[in-house]
Amino acid sequence: MVSITRKAEFSASHYCANPRLSAAQNEALYGKASSPSGHGHNYVLEVTVAGDTDPLHGMVMNLKDLKEIMNEAVVEVYDHRFLNHEVAPFDRVVPTAENIARDIWRRLEPRLNANGRRLRSIRLYETPDLFVDYSEEQHEGGVAA
Amino acid sequence: MLRLAKRYPFSASHRLHSDQLSDNENDRLFGKCNNPFGHGHNYVLEVGVSGEPDPESGMLLARPELDRIVRQAVLDRIDHANLNTDVDAMRGVVPTTENLALVIGRLLREAWEKEFAGRPVRLDSIRIEETARNTFEVTYG
Repeated sequence: MVSITRKAEFSASHYCANPRLSAAQNEALYGKASSPSGHGHNYVLEVTVAGDTDPLHGMVMNLKDLKEIMNEAVVEVYDHRFLNHEVAPFDRVVPTAENIARDIWRRLEPRLNANGRRLRSIRLYETPDLFVDYSEEQHEGGVAA
Repeated sequence: MLRLAKRYPFSASHRLHSDQLSDNENDRLFGKCNNPFGHGHNYVLEVGVSGEPDPESGMLLARPELDRIVRQAVLDRIDHANLNTDVDAMRGVVPTTENLALVIGRLLREAWEKEFAGRPVRLDSIRIEETARNTFEVTYG
């Protein structure tokens, strides 16, 4: 088993506020990120795929294919968007780094789990000093729980 | 598995020296780090937490809460301090970054148990960059 990691970037704006809470409660919970005007980040996404190397070409998967999947499934959807207003499910789910990571997993996983390889983990940097790691338990055969 | 990490820079000075060893032995073991006047680093403390995000907030832990506990339990004690002389929790140990990571971990875990008892979020790891090239990590099961 070998794992490979590829990086991509996207820039997007968001704000974090739960509509069931007051403005003061949201400010206490999310800090400056709660302002509904929004603010932006240069997000950096690292996607790690694990599998055996193919005896023919010596790769877990073609990095160009991985780049294209990351672009189509994530970057083109998220890049230069206001997540709360333009990218589902963030019209009803607070776009915290935790929730964005789970959404990215959901978008990538069905396209990457194939041919004996699987999506192992993703890391999403909201800033260089704040990031989340996300992975889901795998059943036998590489299907997500 | 969901894990969040946040990085906190701090600056501190130290001198690596053991009273149990001769001057020659200290010099051989610690090299330039044994300079009697000490020296400093821009450290980065990375605090990792893991668990299930709160369904209401969508977060493992509110950033202001994490910032506050790290500041109160750790940064207020070590930032712009001399680790040999200014930090009670470091007394009696050589302030290698291994020992610093263990002490920071202990301080944070004590504060965690006091303030976040019963919450699903747990302290997952402490990672310290002494320089961009030297990194130390303690993980908690």
